[in-house]
Amino acid sequence: MNMEDITARRNEPWRDELRKSMPAKDRTNIARVVMPELDPAYRITCNEEVNQGLTEEQALLEAKRCLDCPEPLCMTGCPVGINIPTFIKHIEKGEFLQAASTLKETSALPAVCGRVCPQEKQCESQCFYLKKLKKQPVAIGYLERFAADYSREHGTGEVPACAPANGIKIAVVGSGPCGLSFAGDMVKYGYDVTVFEALHEIGGVLKYGIPEFRLPNKFVDVEIDTLRKMGVTFVTDCIVGKTITYDDLHEMGFKGVFVASGAGLPRFMNIPGENLIGIMSCNEYLTRVNLMGAARQDWDTPVLSGKNVAVIGGGNTAMDSVRTARRLGAERAMIIYRRSEEEMPARKEEVEHAKAEGVEFMTLHNPIEYLGDETGKVTTMRLQRMELGEPDESGRRSPVEIEGAIEDVPVDTVIVAVGVSPNPLIPNTIKELEISRRGTIVVNEETMQSCLPDLYAGGDIVRGGATVILAMGDGRRAAAAMHEQLSK
Amino acid sequence: MNKIVSKEFFSDKVVKLVIEAPLIAKARKAGHFVIVRVDDKGERVPLTIAGADIEKGTITLVVQTVGKSTVKLGNLNPGDYIADVVGPLGQATHIDKVGTVVCCGGGVGVAPLLPIVQAMKAAGNRVISVLAARSKDLIILEDEIRASSDEVIIMTDDGSYGTKGLVTEGVEQIIKREKVDQCVAIGPAVMMKFVSKLTAQYNIPTVVSLNAIMVDGTGMCGACRVTVGGKLRFVCIDGPEFDAHQVDFDELMMRLRSYKEVE
Repeated sequence: MNMEDITARRNEPWRDELRKSMPAKDRTNIARVVMPELDPAYRITCNEEVNQGLTEEQALLEAKRCLDCPEPLCMTGCPVGINIPTFIKHIEKGEFLQAASTLKETSALPAVCGRVCPQEKQCESQCFYLKKLKKQPVAIGYLERFAADYSREHGTGEVPACAPANGIKIAVVGSGPCGLSFAGDMVKYGYDVTVFEALHEIGGVLKYGIPEFRLPNKFVDVEIDTLRKMGVTFVTDCIVGKTITYDDLHEMGFKGVFVASGAGLPRFMNIPGENLIGIMSCNEYLTRVNLMGAARQDWDTPVLSGKNVAVIGGGNTAMDSVRTARRLGAERAMIIYRRSEEEMPARKEEVEHAKAEGVEFMTLHNPIEYLGDETGKVTTMRLQRMELGEPDESGRRSPVEIEGAIEDVPVDTVIVAVGVSPNPLIPNTIKELEISRRGTIVVNEETMQSCLPDLYAGGDIVRGGATVILAMGDGRRAAAAMHEQLSK
Repeated sequence: MNKIVSKEFFSDKVVKLVIEAPLIAKARKAGHFVIVRVDDKGERVPLTIAGADIEKGTITLVVQTVGKSTVKLGNLNPGDYIADVVGPLGQATHIDKVGTVVCCGGGVGVAPLLPIVQAMKAAGNRVISVLAARSKDLIILEDEIRASSDEVIIMTDDGSYGTKGLVTEGVEQIIKREKVDQCVAIGPAVMMKFVSKLTAQYNIPTVVSLNAIMVDGTGMCGACRVTVGGKLRFVCIDGPEFDAHQVDFDELMMRLRSYKEVE
């Protein structure tokens, strides 16, 4: 989206009228809306979504706060380039379906982004309110979710318009947010898009990783269905590189391949006792619960989730894991993080939700060893107390051991959430690909094109570990670049 | 959805299933495995591929019906569908002409051993197979193994067939008799551990195919982690085959008990 376009839409008469309908001063005097949420005591007994979404009244009022800036800085913070003022002004006018259509112009997953995007680090961090008025930013994320939910519940089920089919076949490897975002744009350009997924469900991390209480699967399925209606074909249980090869894709007539195979290998800390029974990666824990239904009746997959659960790490996945553990009956659910809360990479909202749910935060602690019983089950976690030293390369103050400050904490389940390495399947099976030392696919950062001219890549297989929205942004950029190349 | 084409019981608890999976049949090599999910609420279970027919588009699985999911699988009949079969997964067996190869299979481990025996023979090796089980009725695929072996030794715990004794006794008898260049062992972890101990004494390079608990089977969950040569390895993507002399079998056996109480 270019500036001309943004200005043209802002200059439409209805927008002009709306801006004049209320003085800016009155708009800035409105307090930011508070997201209604389930009571903590109730929500830890179930898997229901914690954030309840804005009511129409709340959304209408919050939309009034947006000043409809001539140069909307918020848009510079959106990796998929949503026309933020346009969709918010549609809400202000009560045109909720048009608001949703605006979102869908550039985002294949608005109901997802409205829930899991770290807006405080993206669009909202650039908001005029925050930057210039030192006030709380417009709740862009809440409004996005409101519009997406409204259109799902009240819409006609109409799908975004697509260009006439051009018959050119495009393969997408992986059906997570990056692959879906790419698929959505390519099908709009008119391509014949097939998404290959290794697992038995479409959605990638949205299904196996992010828990129901933060992102209900049924909403993800609605967005996937929209893509299906637009013409995207989905193939599950098919691993590109194993079931079919890159060469097979060529034989099948695919002219472009987009690899969005995601984050793979879980990282462990390589400390003594880490392979004891009851210690697992966050990927394993969350996959068992979210994808495999381990906590649901009649589902076969079991999960070990005890009364004393320690989650190692301070990211969103750590928060998702520890909050899941509370819901599965942990009496003591702990976050073990080697730095202080200030350095935690998790969203503030997740940290606050976790605290409200009774999660204990043991910051400035680092596990150094696990001890088990005679059957091999973990019983004790040995922690080293830390203090903050000088800032490291990441700019965060690095944790330093306090000599002799060691304590033992009883545990029966430990979930290691200290990051992931890229999935090695594709890098291992396409020999010509250029792979970085970290195991990521090397691409041109603007076009997402790899050293193989018809192979593009994005998301965690390129970034090594990032957010849903950055992955989606990669998908959009790759689609634009591949479309340009194929249109030559 | 994958259709079951045929089903045959080798014994009470060991069943052979031939399943429609044309892409996997074409892509698989000796040593590969698949992940199977029996129905919509089922677990994802790793099973080694025992054979394939590219023309018919089928793969063969031999399943010991010991857990919830394998029992469910064993209860299906020809014409029924399995919700998901995905693969082939893991690294294929490294097949070379090395001279004399001893291939030993314990119990249902003979099934994944069969394609390796066939490939080793096809590569021009002298193949001596040692099949071991508790009793005669648990010895499976003997004819198929014989067809690709220069010699077959049968060992049973109760002496109801072949020689009475453990698999290791059969292997040691060969080692004492002639030069063995490589050993391949597939079976219960405890059997592989003792074969490995034995061949280590004689410095015979040995490969084992590990079974481990898995969820996704594509490197994502880390449930299948094992210690090999002091390093963290994942059975699903680094294996399932490893240098036997480097594997921490005691840890593997401990980890296999993770869900014993839950089951």
